Amino acid sequence: MTDSKDETETMEVDVLVIGGGTAGPMAAVKAKQANPALKVAVLEKANVKRSGAISMGMDGLNNAVIPGHATPEQYVKEITVANDGIVNQKTVMAYAQSSYDMINQLDEWGVKFEKDETGEYNVKKVHHMGTYVLPMPEGHHMKKILYRQLRRHRIQVINRYMATRLFNGPDGRIAGAMLLNSRTAETAVIRAKTIILCTGAAGRLGLPASGYLFGTYENPTNAGDGYSMAYHAGAELSGLECYQINPLIKDYNGPACAYVTGPLGGYTANATGDRFIECDYWSGQMMWEFHRELEGGKGPVFLKLDHLAEETVQEIETILHSNERPSRGRFHDSRSTNYREKMVEMHISEIGFCSGHSASGIWTDEHARTTVPGLYAAGDVGSVPHNYMLGAFVYGALAGEDAAAYCADNELPEIDAAEIARERARVLAPLERESGIPPHQIEYKLRRFVNDYLQPPKVTRKMEIGKERFDEIRADLGRMYAADPHELMRAAELQFILDCADMAAAASLYRTESRWGLYHHRVDHPEIDNENWFVHVQTKKGEDGMPVNFKREIDPYVVELDDEDKVAYQQLRVGSGQATS
Amino acid sequence: MPLASLSNSVPVEVNEEACIADKGCTVCVDVCPLDVLFIDEDKGKAFMKYDECWYCLPCEKDCPTNAITVSIPYLLR
Repeated sequence: MTDSKDETETMEVDVLVIGGGTAGPMAAVKAKQANPALKVAVLEKANVKRSGAISMGMDGLNNAVIPGHATPEQYVKEITVANDGIVNQKTVMAYAQSSYDMINQLDEWGVKFEKDETGEYNVKKVHHMGTYVLPMPEGHHMKKILYRQLRRHRIQVINRYMATRLFNGPDGRIAGAMLLNSRTAETAVIRAKTIILCTGAAGRLGLPASGYLFGTYENPTNAGDGYSMAYHAGAELSGLECYQINPLIKDYNGPACAYVTGPLGGYTANATGDRFIECDYWSGQMMWEFHRELEGGKGPVFLKLDHLAEETVQEIETILHSNERPSRGRFHDSRSTNYREKMVEMHISEIGFCSGHSASGIWTDEHARTTVPGLYAAGDVGSVPHNYMLGAFVYGALAGEDAAAYCADNELPEIDAAEIARERARVLAPLERESGIPPHQIEYKLRRFVNDYLQPPKVTRKMEIGKERFDEIRADLGRMYAADPHELMRAAELQFILDCADMAAAASLYRTESRWGLYHHRVDHPEIDNENWFVHVQTKKGEDGMPVNFKREIDPYVVELDDEDKVAYQQLRVGSGQATS
Repeated sequence: MPLASLSNSVPVEVNEEACIADKGCTVCVDVCPLDVLFIDEDKGKAFMKYDECWYCLPCEKDCPTNAITVSIPYLLR
């Protein structure tokens, strides 16, 4: 890279993968396997060895579609129903049909899945209808295994550089990205025929109840970078009103985690220790019941394990205290919470965008293509609902393979030099001021407003006021001051978060009905309105630079639902038997 | 606008006797997803420079001399 922050170097690649967490390494490897002659680079804001949502590993697959346990058709039905019908089934089917091959691929690479005495995958039931959960008790090795594959395939890795904006060529195709080094504030331009966005969730949108900016559910490096960059590149985004909100351990803000404890007999309970939901699978409907119990007289809500046998509790501790979020053991210690004696207090996470758990993402088809030619999205930032880690791998692979084919048919587009200069000036501005408002202060205020005005239950007037507050914060950007390159990275992230806040407000106001339980519960439009709103809500950058929304028809289903399926997720409350959304 | 500083107690503690940053080790700095760890060039020891911790533990687990202890940040504890 360059020696001085006064110059901007230019590099050229065929495939640029932005984000080296889960989908990213897989996309790079599959692009290289498809055509070993291609120049493939992975750009990572942190270090690919320990980055993204699974920096410390993962304790299992939440959506394994394994022959003998589930069929792709069943899975497509399950996700269609869990997402209140608003899905592009073709994309879910593309995942489901590749799910088993991907598990075998990971197994070959050395990922250890739980198997029974006969060597078959030991799948557990957590979802409402089918059986899809495959534990990985040694899942803390995941990032090491991915890193080995990056090296084996000689993928170029660029650590500690973040992308701040994408560039389009003269005809609108994707043409490259502006890079910023988080330690030196050097900038660089990468020209690329294709870009695959694997930047994860928008995890720093809402403020956690603890008030600690980085105490988020998602890895806080995932600030919504890809959502903002795709938006400015002219891509369509989808389902941004279908927030991610998860049931978590209060204050610690990590998963409780139903997928691990459920199959072993643990469950979500109210203050009296009673179950109040039939199924702990995370969905908007489940979160609505969770919210009602939390705010009701039998609240708050707890994870109940104190009825389990000693060896079961030990097994749970071993898994939960060594994978994904291994510091949870010391959190419980500091509050003298022992699973054997006390239920664990739970709460609701801050809001965010994430298709991995809900449905908010950059719109893609079943090849991971966005609406901008040459631009792909995979993993939590893509739009395939409830996709989880395995979906990130599958869509990373689909994107890598399709991008490799695209490179064969397309030349490297030119980037307008004036646009590069403008972007460079925009990114570096906070570092060039002598004084001003530090990014962390603006971020705190912005995210508090997100909580105050956007958090469900959603109220129209509140969201309108929120937009006014966001406009005022946008005006403050001209006074933002970064004392060093590290703060400059936070300043760039703050602008991603602000774009996400504007998009969240716009999409939520546009859909004038309620859907997905708590995710989009509008107090002044409390009913589902299938006549007008059985559609995707899309978001794009408008002429004035602010979000515009429009409807996109739902493609004809490839798997039909029967009437019984349709209401399966509407009857989650114990003893309800009735639709209550 | 004028600026003032505010001190925070931070969750990453480095045992300076065990830390071998002065021998060129930068493992904890390399693996931190939030990039909040730095080497104090005068002392040759790692330290947490920014209070932006996800208490995720790569620094502690990957440290070759077990010099790092991560606590849960005070606001969450």
